[in-house]
Formats: sequence, structure tokens, C-alpha cells
Amino acid sequence: MAEFLQILASGLTVGAIYALIGLGFSMIYNTSEVINFAQGEFVMIGGMVTVTLYAGGQIPLAVAALAAIGITALVGIAVERLAIEPAPQNNLTTLIIITLGVSITIRGLAEVVLGKNFYHLPAFSGDTPFDLAGAEVTPQAFWVIGSLIAVMLALAWFFNRTRLGKAMLATSQNRMAAELMGINVKMILRLSFALSALLGAIAGVLTAPITMTKYDVGVMLGLKGFCAAVIGGLGTATGALFGGLLLGVSEALAAGYISSSYKDAVAFIILLGVLFFLPEGLFGRARGERV
Amino acid sequence: MFGARSFLYGLTAATAAVTLAAWPLAASAAGKPIKIGAFVSATGPGSFLGDPEGKTLKLEVARINHDGGFLGRPLQLVLYDTGSDTKQAVTFVRKLIDDQNVDVLIGGSLTGSTMAVIPIVQNAEIPYISLGGAVEIVEPVKKWVFKTPHTDRMAVEKDYIDMRQRGISHIGLIAGSVGFDESCRGQAKDLAAKYKITIIDDETYAPTDTDMTPQLTKIRAHRDLQAVLDCGSQAPTAITARNYQQLGMTKIPLYYTHAVDSQEFIDAAGSAAEGIRVPAAAMLVAAQLPDNDPQKKIGLAYGKAYTAAYHQPISTFGGHAYDALLLYTLAVKKAGTTDKAKVRDALEQLHGIVGVDGIYNLSPTNHMGLDTSAFHMVEIHDSQWKLLY
Repeated sequence: MAEFLQILASGLTVGAIYALIGLGFSMIYNTSEVINFAQGEFVMIGGMVTVTLYAGGQIPLAVAALAAIGITALVGIAVERLAIEPAPQNNLTTLIIITLGVSITIRGLAEVVLGKNFYHLPAFSGDTPFDLAGAEVTPQAFWVIGSLIAVMLALAWFFNRTRLGKAMLATSQNRMAAELMGINVKMILRLSFALSALLGAIAGVLTAPITMTKYDVGVMLGLKGFCAAVIGGLGTATGALFGGLLLGVSEALAAGYISSSYKDAVAFIILLGVLFFLPEGLFGRARGERV
Repeated sequence: MFGARSFLYGLTAATAAVTLAAWPLAASAAGKPIKIGAFVSATGPGSFLGDPEGKTLKLEVARINHDGGFLGRPLQLVLYDTGSDTKQAVTFVRKLIDDQNVDVLIGGSLTGSTMAVIPIVQNAEIPYISLGGAVEIVEPVKKWVFKTPHTDRMAVEKDYIDMRQRGISHIGLIAGSVGFDESCRGQAKDLAAKYKITIIDDETYAPTDTDMTPQLTKIRAHRDLQAVLDCGSQAPTAITARNYQQLGMTKIPLYYTHAVDSQEFIDAAGSAAEGIRVPAAAMLVAAQLPDNDPQKKIGLAYGKAYTAAYHQPISTFGGHAYDALLLYTLAVKKAGTTDKAKVRDALEQLHGIVGVDGIYNLSPTNHMGLDTSAFHMVEIHDSQWKLLY
């Protein structure tokens, strides 16, 4: 039983990270239908900038983390303004390819500016694990899962209770109608990039003490987050949440009970299964094609 | 996506090559320079290897030129960054041989890139000293191919010998899924019977994994577990150590190979590194060696020079490059010329050469020349390497 709990705790922590990244994918997809493959780079920037400020600049960890999250949000806005906005908006494939280019550019810049080694951030509340019925769980795991819950609550409040959030929802449902209702769609698009960069950065800061960070960690984390979003249904917050947790837990169970060699295969089998039987994802709604 | 990625690596590599191609024409040395062609993984996943290797080569070439060069000729280093991409390594090796007409090739930080360029090197008949780890590079012997790093096989043997001395016979094995790890894992299984070691569990992880507690939980569940050997060579190695501590397994001895012999590993693992045992070359513990140890002087000198130039502690990887250049210059000295065939023959006759990685005894049947005596057993203590024996 202790063994099962240990593996479950590992799966939930990793899954919460995937979910945070998946949320970022969903947010941009919602407002613009663009799949932003630079999402993983936001995660990387969050972690790397925090480490640089903390270790290099001798800035307290909390301040460094907040500054890094802010900087990443600005990078998100810059990406939208400089790369997405000037491009022709009628071709999604072009936009997606642009995000690929953006991710390579950011990664290259990070390698030159921030360094190419692995960097490590101290855990927020120390390394002494808690004993949960025999399972050893690090305090950082609670930070990750707690932050995911806080982010989900904040997002629910934002989309249901604020005018800005409702404007974003309206844009995602029908861009033209929203524009006709006087919503500044351009601003909404920028905001969605800023918000998803912010989510990515939070994930990056939270994971840096667990996984360490490097200029290229965004590639794999981004892909896993994308899988999470697709499994849950692109564009839904609940989908990204459950998609991420499902992915993390099944990977951990596969590694713990079947064989660690099949771990990644299990993730892809779930992805294929979901796409085959529920093409819109577990929580996705069927979307009508705009003509 | 990966095509685009390698394009970027190509671009960076090309830029790096332009900036790094050193033209060290020391005033004192006259004559046509001796061209050293080098290709290392200074960026990309193998940067922890290639970065110190490239820096060491630059440092040593500058030092030799400052001292007046070699055979009255300066050394000229042409250094390329492969971005840890095997295809780039092949392209650069072709360039080094065909366009730059180099006298010797040093490099191939990764076993994969080394294996890919061997056919070209053999065809071009040029001496090549590889910096790759796996034993397959020099076994079977290839006419023009030499290497300086200790093999995975030697490291496993050293670990097994230490385990037997501590009365350990039942171990868990964990390794990544990259080239060195796979090879090391194979060697660990292969050598187990010889050292009467029973591998009771064998787990793997991907190089991008972020949490190894499921695998370690599985290993921990074995009641007869006495030690764990981690064959990991890339970054997640520090995560394994941290998870090991998290699961309260620190009473069970944890072993690694020389693939983690850098300060970066200790820093990343933090307090979890305490008590970990690794086989290591003398240079890492040079200051702790007895004064009569032949490797003490050269190890200290290299460490001092490297740290002074780059403000970083040495890792075992830069030492491979140091020794590669040392072996080449000694072979040139022995041959009295840079003629490729004569230098190659001279390389095979180098005996008792004291390098930072060990004492080299090369021969026509041994193109590496090190044995397990090149390793010391080292334990990490208070974030420092502590020499055991």
C-alpha cells in the first residue's frame, strides 16, 4: 500500500506539472485556435530566469520567482505582438509553424544569454519529505499540487466573474461576434498569450527544484503538456487538468508496476486511444467548422 | 520540428566555428602550424562533456604555443561545435579532413558521433583520438582510431570490486536510455557473474524524465537489496540521487560511474550526494594523493590552469581532451614529424605516459591504454570528492 501511495504521489506531482502546461496550450487555442508550440519555452524561461536572478543576482527566491513570472508574461505579449500579429491570420498552419520558429529562437537566445548548463533551484520549503502512510512526499510536491488548485480557482473566478474574463470567453466562442460587440479582440489575443506565458512560467518555477532546469527543458515538457491538453480536450480547463493528471499517474504506474521501459509508450497509447475513440478529448465539445 | 532544431544547431555551430577557429601564431614559433582538428559537443545535450573538452583544448594549445610550439612549429586549433548532433559531427569531420587538411582529429564527445565518423577517418587515414566513453570504439581495434576516456566497463568493474570488499552481492541497477547508459547497463549485466554480483532489479528511465521515485520504489521493495548502481550519464542522474534521499534509501550504498564526475553533479544533487561512491580519475582528487603519486603533479597543474582560465572546477571530461592532446604531441615528438602514418605508429608505442586520466600503455592491440588502476574509488563527502583508495 505504501508503495502504491508513493507511486501515486509521484504521478500526481508530475501530472500537475503537465496540467499547468496543458492549461497554457488550451488558453491560447481558445482565443486564437493556434497551437502554441512555444509554450514549453515559457516554462523554461520561468525556471531559468528565476535561477539566474536568484543565484546570479542574489535576489530573494520569492522576488526572483515573481519577477521571472512577470518577465515571461511580457515575453508572451512580445511573441504575440511581434510574431503572431503581423502574420496573415487566415492560415492556422502558418501560425503554428511560426510558433515553432519562435520556440527555436527563444531556446537559442536562452542558451546564449542564460547559459547552457543544468541549473538547480532550492526547494521552497526544504527537502525533508513528509511521511504520508508510508509514502515519502517532498514539500515541493505539495507546492506543485497546491499551486495547480490555486490556479484553477483563480481561472474559474477570472472567466466567470470578471468582464475581461467574459470578454475572453466571448472571443473564444465567436471572434467576429465578439468584435461586433465592441470587444478589442487584439487585446484579448495579447492577453491570452500573456496569461498562458504566466501559467507556463509558474510551472517552470515550481518544477525547477524538482527537475532542475536547462535552456532546452521546454521541448519535452511542452510536448507532455500538449499531450495532456489533447487527451483532456483542447480548449477546456478541466480537460487540461484531468488530462495532465491522467498522463502523470499512468506514466508513474507503468514505471512502478509494469516496466520503466514502457513508461512513455503508455502515455502515447492513452493519447492514441483517446484520439481514436473520443477525437475531441475526454472533456472536449464538438466544434462546428466555420465556413 | 527536429529538422528545424538541427538547423539551428547547425547555425550556432557554424558561427561558433568562425569565432572559435583559433589562429595562435606565437611569435617565438616559426614554420607551418601543426593543425589540430577538433569537434566536440559544446552545446546540446552533450554540452556537459564537450564544453570542458573544448575549453581544455583551447587552453592547452595556447599554453604550448606560449612555450614555443612544437618541433619549432605552432599548433593551430580548428574547433567545431557539433551541437551534440551526429550528422553535424560527420559534416565537420569531412570539412576538417578535406578543407582544413588537419594533421590529427580529436573529438567526438559522444560515443554515437565517434562511431559515425570512424569509417571516414579510416578511409582518410588520419590519426584520430576519440573522447567517447564506450568500449566499442577501440574494441575491436581500428587502425587509425584511439581514445583516452576510461570505458564504462572499467567503471563497472571498479564499482563491483568495491562492492565485494564491502560484502555486497545483491544490487539494483538503474540506467537511462541513452548510448552510454545502455552500453554500461550491458557491461554491468555481463560482468555480474564474474564478480559474483546478483542483479535483483533492472530499471530504466528516459533522458527527459523528471521523477524516478516509481523506479526506485520498485527497487526498494526487494528485501535483499544491498546497493544500487546507477549507470546514468546525463542530467537526470542528479534527480535519481535526490529521489533516493527522498525515499529514505541513503543507508543503502549508491554507486555511479565516472560519467557523473563533475562538480555540476554534486551541486545539482545537493545533500543527496553525500556518501555516493564513484570511480574517478586522479585529477579530481589530485590534492589528496600522496606526494609520490606520479599523477599528482600533472593533475594539480591542469586543475589550477583550468580554474584560473575559466573560473570553473575541473570535470573528468576536460581531462580526456587534455590527455588526447598530450598523447598526440608525444607521438609527434617520438616520430619527429607530423607524417600521419608515422604518428599513428608512434601512438601505438607510447608506454608509461602519465596523463590526468591515468597512465597510458598503448600497443597495436590496445588503442586506449588504461586499465582499472587508472581509477580511484572516491566518495562524495560535504559536497567534495573524498579519496578512499
